[in-house]
Amino acid sequence: MNRRIETKLTNKSINPILELTGVGIEFPTPKGPFKALTDVNLKIAKGEMISLIGHSGCGKSTVLNIVAGLLQATEGGAVLEGKEVNEPGPERAVVFQNHSLFPWLTAYENVELAVKTIFDKNKTKAEMKEWIEYNLNLVHMGHAMHKRPDEISGGMKQRVGIARALAMEPKVLLMDEPFGALDALTRAHLQDSVMEIQKDLGNTIIMITHDVDEAVLLSDRIVMMTNGPSATVGEILNIDLPRPRNRIELADDPKYNQYRQQVLSFLYEKQRKVEPLLNNHKINKEKSQKEEKTA
Amino acid sequence: MTSKIPTNSSLASANLTSWKSITDDVMPTWLQDAIKAIMLPMIGLLFFLLIWGTVAQNIETSLGKFPGPSEALEQFQSLITEHNEERSKEVAFYQRQDDRNEARLAQDPTYQIKIRNYTGKPTFIDQIGTSLITVLTGFILASMIAIPLGIMIGLSKNLYAAANPVIQLFKPVSPLAWLPLVTMVVSAVYVSDDPLFAKSFVTSVITVLLCSLWPTVLNTAVGVASISPDLINVSKVLRLKPMTHVFKVVIPSSIPMVFTGLRLSLGIAWMVLIAAEMLAQNPGLGKFVWDEFQNGSSNSLGRIMVAVLVIGLIGFLLDRIMLMLQKFFSWDKQALLR
Repeated sequence: MNRRIETKLTNKSINPILELTGVGIEFPTPKGPFKALTDVNLKIAKGEMISLIGHSGCGKSTVLNIVAGLLQATEGGAVLEGKEVNEPGPERAVVFQNHSLFPWLTAYENVELAVKTIFDKNKTKAEMKEWIEYNLNLVHMGHAMHKRPDEISGGMKQRVGIARALAMEPKVLLMDEPFGALDALTRAHLQDSVMEIQKDLGNTIIMITHDVDEAVLLSDRIVMMTNGPSATVGEILNIDLPRPRNRIELADDPKYNQYRQQVLSFLYEKQRKVEPLLNNHKINKEKSQKEEKTA
Repeated sequence: MTSKIPTNSSLASANLTSWKSITDDVMPTWLQDAIKAIMLPMIGLLFFLLIWGTVAQNIETSLGKFPGPSEALEQFQSLITEHNEERSKEVAFYQRQDDRNEARLAQDPTYQIKIRNYTGKPTFIDQIGTSLITVLTGFILASMIAIPLGIMIGLSKNLYAAANPVIQLFKPVSPLAWLPLVTMVVSAVYVSDDPLFAKSFVTSVITVLLCSLWPTVLNTAVGVASISPDLINVSKVLRLKPMTHVFKVVIPSSIPMVFTGLRLSLGIAWMVLIAAEMLAQNPGLGKFVWDEFQNGSSNSLGRIMVAVLVIGLIGFLLDRIMLMLQKFFSWDKQALLR
């Protein structure tokens, strides 16, 4: 509780680039309206790296989609640099979970489509080419930029997806479980890449994750969400670890482990989500009991 | 691998080499595969010829025995000979005309040259050509209507709901049902003193068009409607203009489904064409079959049998060509197309 007050105080002093005020959303269903989110408040400073963490179905993606403009909040709203967000746009580029590259275009052409659309009048052809190659090199994809998505690995596809988003020069970069579909080793590589890029470019990033280690390693603040329906921000945890962060050194860091512990306790003690599992358990128990009886 | 049998080396190796590896030594795998790929279809065809030959001998018709493979081959050869004869006649005709014109011109320099076209009857090969031109005209016109229509229907759920009953209603209609209507409309509307196309051609083309429209419309619409929502979100984030969205996202992503539709449409177009030509008297393969049937000579059944096989072969080749185009244009090179 103390920590929450602290973060609120620190946030007042910084000038937020993005502000979510009283965000709520209702979806119409055949059984009547379903309230997915309620009263989500969040201020994000320029250059901050924020993680949204919570159990699946808690509305993390909904928050991200509202910021992206892909969903419209039914209450409150998001304000980016003084302008209300009400439609999608390249200043809020999204990195989707399953890369979302156009399968008929090469890595280069995928980034090119974004660059050509956004910098139509502001860049010459040569400048565009340079910019596309710069971004692909940034994610270490310079060697395979003329390959199609089906010719490269999942991790490489996600790298191209990040390059495409970065090439849009977004004010806020939104990442929807960007590494969720990758194996642990590839994920670690990409996390390092993202930290490196953020150090160099100072992007403001909101990332959804359900990986506790990833959240602690990458973020300046972790926003922990309560379970739905009517999900909202439960706690916000400031991660006060010096950068650059090294995953091997951090493994023994007591501070790191304490942060980790705090997120875990939020997820697995305060916001336990075990009902379906418990039910299964019960059913199984009853079944086995019946079987015992019949035997 | 090491041999457990302690004998001399040649014997040990003989023990180790299985039959499979022996055949591998004699024949590389690709050759085995190639033989398989050729042999199995050959066996199938031979089996078919055998059944055809046996069954044909036991069927008596008013025009004699049903033609077997050898009769069909005979008629095929005679059709080719007729074609060659007709061609040499045509060459001779033009030669005579040129000679005559030159002679006239030499006598009287003011003479206006008259060139008359050769008007011999179309041969079997000519009729194949006419059929191909007719089917491709109908198919291309149908595609030019069906693809944009399919894209529009696929983009809007409401439009799809509105168009779907109409499409479902007309999709199963047989060409034979359309033909009388099309014939009457064409004779009423397509009136000119010097028609560019024959009426029978226009009738056949329109009938083919009406029947081959639907698979492309439906498949294009399904392809467009099933674009991954993530790709649509990317397009939204980039704020692509509506036309750019259609050309850069919608069309490329639905290309595989469009081609599936086009292949089905071309297959239907070819089937419909034969029926349409029979009734519209368009000088193509359908008319050939009809004329031979009306002719009723002892050769007729053999000739019709040749036409049947040629129709099948052309249909097969058209499908293969579409498959090649599909493979060329499809971005999903891993998809199994057959």
